[in-house]
Amino acid sequence: MMSLIRSGRLGFILLALWVACLAFTPLLDDAYAVRIAISIAMFTAMALSWNFIGGLTGYPSFSTAAFFGIGCYVGAIAQRSGVPLVLAWMLATLFVALFAAALGAIILRLKGHYFAIGSIAIVELTRLVVSSWGGMTGGGDGLNVPLLRGAPTEVASLVLYIMLAIMMTVFVVTLLVEHGRLGFGLRCIHQNEDAADMVGVDTTRYKIAAYTLSALFCGAVGAVYASWVGYIDPTDSFSILLTIKVPVMVLLGGPGTALGPVLGAGAFVLLEEFFWANFLQWNRAILGGIIVFLIFFLPGGLLKISYRRLFRRAVDAQRERKTAT
Amino acid sequence: MSEILRLEKVSKAFGGIKAVNDVSFGLKEGQIVALIGPNGAGKTTLVNLITGVLPLTEGKVFFAGEEVTRQKAFQAARRGLARTFQIVQPFPEMSVMENVAAGALFGGELGSRREAEAEARRELAFVGLDRLADSPASSLTLPGRKRLELAKSLAMKPKVLLLDEVNAGLNTAEIDGALTLIRKIAERGVTILLIEHLMKVVLSISERILVLHHGELIAEGAPRAVLEDERVVEAYLGAKFAARMRKEGLHV
Repeated sequence: MMSLIRSGRLGFILLALWVACLAFTPLLDDAYAVRIAISIAMFTAMALSWNFIGGLTGYPSFSTAAFFGIGCYVGAIAQRSGVPLVLAWMLATLFVALFAAALGAIILRLKGHYFAIGSIAIVELTRLVVSSWGGMTGGGDGLNVPLLRGAPTEVASLVLYIMLAIMMTVFVVTLLVEHGRLGFGLRCIHQNEDAADMVGVDTTRYKIAAYTLSALFCGAVGAVYASWVGYIDPTDSFSILLTIKVPVMVLLGGPGTALGPVLGAGAFVLLEEFFWANFLQWNRAILGGIIVFLIFFLPGGLLKISYRRLFRRAVDAQRERKTAT
Repeated sequence: MSEILRLEKVSKAFGGIKAVNDVSFGLKEGQIVALIGPNGAGKTTLVNLITGVLPLTEGKVFFAGEEVTRQKAFQAARRGLARTFQIVQPFPEMSVMENVAAGALFGGELGSRREAEAEARRELAFVGLDRLADSPASSLTLPGRKRLELAKSLAMKPKVLLLDEVNAGLNTAEIDGALTLIRKIAERGVTILLIEHLMKVVLSISERILVLHHGELIAEGAPRAVLEDERVVEAYLGAKFAARMRKEGLHV
C-alpha cells in the first residue's frame, strides 16, 4: 500500500485537496456552488465507473444512462412503496448490479463497434420499457419522489456528501482493481483478448465483472439523484447525452487510469458551466469543438501530457526572451 | 509411460469443408512429437481443437485421463495444456516481464502478483530474455517475440506444450538457438507437440512424427519410417527430397 501511495503521491495529494474543496462548498453559502460540486461528484463517480469497462477493459460502453436511469426508478419506486430511504438506495444499487451482470453475459459477446451500438440500444430499450410501463413507472408523466427532509441548503449539503462518498468509494475500488488480479486480467483483455484467453484468463467472467462494476455505482448515483431532485421522467433519466458525456470525460482525463476520470469529469463540468454561463447561444458548439480538439490532439487525455516538459519549454522560452533583450 | 493427451476420431468441419477428419493419436508423457504437413493440411486447426479455441464437430479429447472435449481455451490453459501461436500474440503495451507474469498468474494459478513476477523473471532467464524484462513487448524483434511466447507458456507450468511453428521466420542461427531451447524444455519433463515446416528441425529433435494431409492423418511413426512412407513422400516431401534425406542418413 505504501509503495502504491508513493508512486502517485502528487496525484493523491491533489485529489485530496480537490475533494476538500468540493466538500467545503456549503460553507460558501452559495447554492450554485454546491450544485456544481454535486454535479462534479456525481459525474466523477460515473466516469470512474465507466473506466472499469471502457478504460481498463477497452470495451466502449454507452450504457451509463441505462444504469443511471434504472437506479433513479428503482430507488423512487422502492421509496414510494414504503422502503426506507437508505435501504431504497441500496436496493437500487443491487438491482442495477444484477441487471448489468445478466445483461453483460449477453452483450459482452459483441466486440468493438458492435458492442458500442448494442450498449446504446440498451439505453433506448430501458427508456422505452420505463415510459410504456405506465402502471409501475408513471410512464411519460414521470414520478414524484419523496423529498429529503430538511431545509434546501441542508438537503443540498447532504446530497453533496453522499455523492462524494460514492465517488471516493469508486475511487478506492478502482485502486484495488487496478493493482489486483482483476485489473491485470482486464488489461490483458484490453490488449489482446485471444492471448488473454490463452494464458488462462476467464475472459467472459472478467468482462462481466468489469461491466457490473461500471454499472452499480451509476445505479447508486441515480437513486440519490432522484431523491435530490424529487421528480424523475424517462427522457431526463435515460438521456443519451449523459451516456455520451461520461465516456468523453474519461477520454478527456485519461482512460485506464484512476486519476484520469476524476480530472476529466471535473474539467468537463466546469467547462460546461463556464460556456453555459458566458455563451448562452453558442455553448454547445464551443464545447463540441473542444471535445473534437481534445480527442484529436490528446488521445491519451490530460493526464498523459508531460507537464514537466511544458514547464521546461516555458522556462526556456522566457530565458531566450531575456537574452534577446 | 502413460498417455497424457489422447485424441479420438477428432473431426472439424467448416461448412462443407472437413478441415480435420477423423484424427486419432496419443502423446506419451515426456515425448517430443512433430506434426508436419503441407500448408492448409489442418495443423493449426488441430491445435485450436485441442486447446478449446474451436469446438469439435466430432470426436473426443482426453487430457491426463480426463475428457476435456468441451473445454474452453482458458480452462485448457489452467489444466496445463499450453500453446504458442504461429503469429505471435503478445500484450503489446505491457513489459516483457508483465507478459510472462500474466501466464504465471492466470495459467499457473499463482496467488499473488509478486510471486507471478518472480516466476516470470525465472522463465525469462530460462529463455534468455532476462535483460529485456522491462522493455515493452512491442519493442522485441521477431526471434525475441517467439522466445517471449515460449516464456509465457512455460510460466503457465504446462504439462503439454503445443508449439505452433515457433521457428517460422527465423534464420539458421536463430533456429539452432530455438532447438536448444526446445530440448531444454523437454528435459523439464514437458511433453511437446511441435508443429513444424522445417524438416531439419523435425528430424533432429522429434521422437515420433505425425503427418497430416487434407485434414487426415496419413502416417505416424519414427522419423525414418515416416520418411520412407510413400504417401508422405507423395503428399509432402517430394521424391527428390526424401531421397536426399535418406542418403544423408537422417543425421541432420
